[in-house]
Amino acid sequence: MASYRYPKVAASEITPRSVWLDRRRFLAGVGTAAALPLIGGGVAHAAALKTTPGPFNIDEEPTAKSDVTSYNNFYEFGTGKGDPSANSGDFQPEPWTLEVDGLVGKPQKFDLDSLHAFPLEDRTYRMRCVEAWSMVIPWVGFPLAALLDRVEPLGSAKYVAFETVMRPEEMPGQRGLFQPLEWPYVEGLRLDEARHPLTILSVGLYGETLPKQNGAPVRLVVPWKYGFKGIKSIVRMSLVEEEPVTSWSRLAPQEYGFYANVNPEVDHPRWSQASETRVGEGGFFNAARRPTLPFNGYGEEVASLYAGMDLRANY
Amino acid sequence: MAQVQAKSAQGRTVQAKSWNWRPASIWALYALGFVPAVWYFYLGATGQIAGNAVKEFEHLLGIWALRFLIATLTVTPLRDLAGINLLRYRRALGLLAFWYVLMHFLTYMVLDQNLNLATILADIAKRPFITIGMACLVLLIPLAATSNAWSIRRLGPNWQRLHKLSYLIVLGGATHFAMSVKVVTAEPFIYLLLAFVLVGYRALRPRVMRWKKAQRLAASTR
Ligand code: HEM
Repeated sequence: MASYRYPKVAASEITPRSVWLDRRRFLAGVGTAAALPLIGGGVAHAAALKTTPGPFNIDEEPTAKSDVTSYNNFYEFGTGKGDPSANSGDFQPEPWTLEVDGLVGKPQKFDLDSLHAFPLEDRTYRMRCVEAWSMVIPWVGFPLAALLDRVEPLGSAKYVAFETVMRPEEMPGQRGLFQPLEWPYVEGLRLDEARHPLTILSVGLYGETLPKQNGAPVRLVVPWKYGFKGIKSIVRMSLVEEEPVTSWSRLAPQEYGFYANVNPEVDHPRWSQASETRVGEGGFFNAARRPTLPFNGYGEEVASLYAGMDLRANY
Repeated sequence: MAQVQAKSAQGRTVQAKSWNWRPASIWALYALGFVPAVWYFYLGATGQIAGNAVKEFEHLLGIWALRFLIATLTVTPLRDLAGINLLRYRRALGLLAFWYVLMHFLTYMVLDQNLNLATILADIAKRPFITIGMACLVLLIPLAATSNAWSIRRLGPNWQRLHKLSYLIVLGGATHFAMSVKVVTAEPFIYLLLAFVLVGYRALRPRVMRWKKAQRLAASTR
């Protein structure tokens, strides 16, 4: 396992939430909404998070924060890569409720404070988009398994179904004539995938709360799968017995499967998955493609989950 | 510009017409036409395009290629139906389309695929949307090569026939775009619709012209 590198800022130096809240109240008192974006480099609501170094951090240069927060696929705000950062102004990630139900002993609702009460870890992971580009993102989050333990899944639960918030009035991509996907966005994992220690619910990146365009206030991160599995702005998780429907495989089943494990040997019908462009690497003239790794380089940790499965058929 | 007096070879004084702006406006169109490519190239080269800069540049060139193709094919209906004559700009528009497709292709080949010929050839052979794009580029070559007065004179009526390939190219280009995207959005459909309308107009054109002629005759005999 690679050694831990991020964060560069010691946890002790991070502004405590109370101080940050005071500062925000002060700014609100000044009455300048325009001043708000000054906090946290242009992302309103960005608050520092108290974290500890987590396991599985990779020893690769993190992608610039400006790229991580301005080049996004979040179709609820539009299909352009710049749309999520440009069009998410009306979105209100606070207050928030994440409801967990289905085949569980203790169905529960989690608000933001209870999500932030899980021990938050820094997890610097590779993120491989199905469109053949990749980033290295210093997430902040906690293992999904920790939350699942709280709700006590029943023996009959085999899968976790996830659902994104549905708010056409705040999400311009959810209204209008042409809608690229059926809303709400839904995703799913097998229970053993969901319980894998690599799988996290993320509430932040680069040491601060998640920007809206990255899926505020809580999103899924499954680093060995294509990025679209990482469902954003989650409002519901249901434990179920049958394999749940997922948004992209519903749209184009021949292009996107339920598993969506990163696999250089299984091409997307319209492009090769053998290599990827690492965003920001090499600049414009030397954007050398790097080979895509099986399971995005996490094979050692996760390949055993799929022992005996035909990964060409289960793409 | 001021009027210029000059002695012609025959020794007669000729009055030069006031400055002819037309050729200059064509050069201005070329200059303006390359602005998106140059500007975006500059942004990319100086690291000012967020995210996957090469892909964004590649997409921008593709979109502008399609826009110029559509603009080229709009010249004739505009003259027929609205009486606006932009014929003198048509060659520039068509050549701009060609250069943008070529830049789009070169960006894909050099900056995106790093000249990895095996991948490029596999893409062209295996992926229908790229096969179509490539076919359009190949078809554009003879059109660009014959976009000059000499070829028009030499080829005579064959020039017209050859340049009907542009209908196939605009349909192919719009189809290539629609097939390249991950989800159905309005944009590729608008381009496809425009391409179909423009090509469809060519089928109706003889009838439109006959009707216009009849109108003119009726007006002059009244
Ligand atoms: C008439 C010729 C062509 C036109 C009008 C055209 C136009 C376009 C347009 C509009 C796009 C989409 C841009 C976007 O999504 O915003 C595109 C994408 C693309 N085109 Fe072309 N193109 C042409 C020829 C070619 C050729 C010759 C190639 C390469 C052999 C090519 C390769 C591609 C690729 C790889 C993509 C990007 C797919 C992706 O998103 O990864 N195109 N093209």
